Amino acid sequence: MSVLIFIDHADSHIKKGSFEALTYGADVAKQSGIGAEGLLLGTVNDDLASLGKYGISKVQQVSDEGLNNFDAEVYAKAIEEAVKATGATIIIFSQNQTGKAVAPRVAAGLKAGLASGAITLPDTSNGFVVKKPVFSGKAFANVNISSAIKVISLSPNSYKVNTGEGTATVNQLNISIAAPSVKITAVHKVSGEVPLTEADIVVSGGRGLKGPENWGMIEDLAHTLHAATACSRPVSDSDWRPHHEHVGQTGIQIAPNLYIAIGISGAIQHLAGVNRSKTIVVINKDPEAPFFKAADYGIVGDAFEIVPRLTEEIKKLNNA
Amino acid sequence: MKILVCISKTPDTTSKIAFKEGNTKFEENGVQWIINPYDEWYALVRAIELKEKDASAVLHLITVGGADCDPIIRKSLALGGDEAIRVNAESSDSFYIASQIAEVAKQGGYDLIFTGKETIDYNGSSIGGMVAELLNMPYVSLATKFELAGTTATIDREIEGGEEVCEVTLPVVVSCQKGVAEQRIPNMRGIMAARTKPLKVVEPAAVEALTNIVSFELPAPKAGVKLVAADNVAELVRLLHEEAKAI
Ligand SMILES: Cc1cc2nc3c(=O)[nH]c(=O)nc-3n(C[C@H](O)[C@H](O)[C@H](O)COP(=O)(O)OP(=O)(O)OC[C@H]3O[C@@H](n4cnc5c(N)ncnc54)[C@H](O)[C@@H]3O)c2cc1C
Repeated sequence: MSVLIFIDHADSHIKKGSFEALTYGADVAKQSGIGAEGLLLGTVNDDLASLGKYGISKVQQVSDEGLNNFDAEVYAKAIEEAVKATGATIIIFSQNQTGKAVAPRVAAGLKAGLASGAITLPDTSNGFVVKKPVFSGKAFANVNISSAIKVISLSPNSYKVNTGEGTATVNQLNISIAAPSVKITAVHKVSGEVPLTEADIVVSGGRGLKGPENWGMIEDLAHTLHAATACSRPVSDSDWRPHHEHVGQTGIQIAPNLYIAIGISGAIQHLAGVNRSKTIVVINKDPEAPFFKAADYGIVGDAFEIVPRLTEEIKKLNNA
Repeated sequence: MKILVCISKTPDTTSKIAFKEGNTKFEENGVQWIINPYDEWYALVRAIELKEKDASAVLHLITVGGADCDPIIRKSLALGGDEAIRVNAESSDSFYIASQIAEVAKQGGYDLIFTGKETIDYNGSSIGGMVAELLNMPYVSLATKFELAGTTATIDREIEGGEEVCEVTLPVVVSCQKGVAEQRIPNMRGIMAARTKPLKVVEPAAVEALTNIVSFELPAPKAGVKLVAADNVAELVRLLHEEAKAI
């Protein structure tokens, strides 16, 4: 019996969501008095032994070059083999793009119950219950996993990374890897930008900004805050901004530390995707805009005047 | 070519979310039901487009649910598709639903199975992956573009901070999101035609659910907004730094 945490990577580096998953998995293990191990498929440039600082004792690695090409089917088979080899009973993923592709496969392959997008440690007082957002953030459900093997995918930005002392031993797992049927032929990364789903701070613009030519001030503010940029649905529908920036009930759901909404009215479908943000700031010229009801801080006024001033003030703070 | 599109019934996006029976059940009273937007706007429309290009293509829709899903299935058929299959079961957890879909798909011999990237009620993002695993088929999730040439699909999929392009030979399971297609409005001819399209009701396979929802909660209400004057942006920055510790 142990907890196995899937360690996800891209461009030879471990992803931020995996550090959250490692901390979470180690805490799940501690709670149940069992061991915690990480599982890395493929190779990275990061030091694996140092992952012990998140609370795991061992990193299981399958150093097959073929695994650097992501194929959900091949990954799932490898993870299922690793679960059998290590005798793990709880498997943890980050609910990022990779987690969404692989965790359900692994769960079905192992006949294990899946709680996707968990935000709390399991409550084991009566079953094995984790909390997860439902109705796109309008509510939460407490989900009980009743199968012997359990799979949890952890919602990004929901569990605080904790580090202590400790090094992990690295063990090479011998698992035969099938040839992938999905071949990656190109990767298009938006360079220089903070990925929206991993961002601590998000600056978001709505139709109140009038047109794509006015996004310079949004990007300046985001740059000053090391933030990702997002937008409301009509903004991406009108092609003012790319699709992958669309947040809300029918776009991406995010839970950053800080969400700054500029010229967005705060329709129920928009709020659904962002209301788990820890702090929400709203800048809107209409004092009746519904978004103010969901906000922590607000300024009623013209974005075109306020946003450049805000950027200046934050620069002052950064230089102080 | 045979295509299967998975359809789910969800509350309308403007629905007020409430619970009953000691917060153990979703309050369905007064709720308007719609086709899950990702299933309708992207998965179904793209499948219809593929059929429009290839007259020999066969398009089936599937849902797992009670008779209350029939209006949603008819609405889907009004957009397009040859026939629908409803597995007559109360949908419970994702493994149960995926197992029912996989059972039907095994007999159907589909080349292409589309789902939406998630449902807007339970947000599991898991049916497509589970169906693929149960059928031993490749899975491409979070697709933003889908092209087909012969039996080779070229798919763009979302990754952190971008997209990757991949190629796969059919059969494949794909979960669809924005970019794959554009929303369509059903026309009168479609609505009339949908009335006579076959809707097969099949009984569920014996499968046990592996999870269950114990209770629901609503988010704690916000304490109320602190407004800062428009000419005092410095104060907002101070609050965000010192009070919220957000910057
Ligand atoms: C099925 C369905 C799903 C949907 N899903 C989503 C979703 O996922 N995400 C989403 O965002 N929307 C979604 N919507 C759309 C949603 O209902 C709203 O229409 C949309 O969020 C409004 O976008 P907006 O706030 O940018 O624009 P508007 O509602 O037009 O608001 C613009 C705001 O800008 C303010 N403004 C104008 N000028 C200025 C200025 N100079 N300075 C400051 N403020 C200014 C105005 O006061 C106003 O509040 C969905 C709708 C439906 C029906």
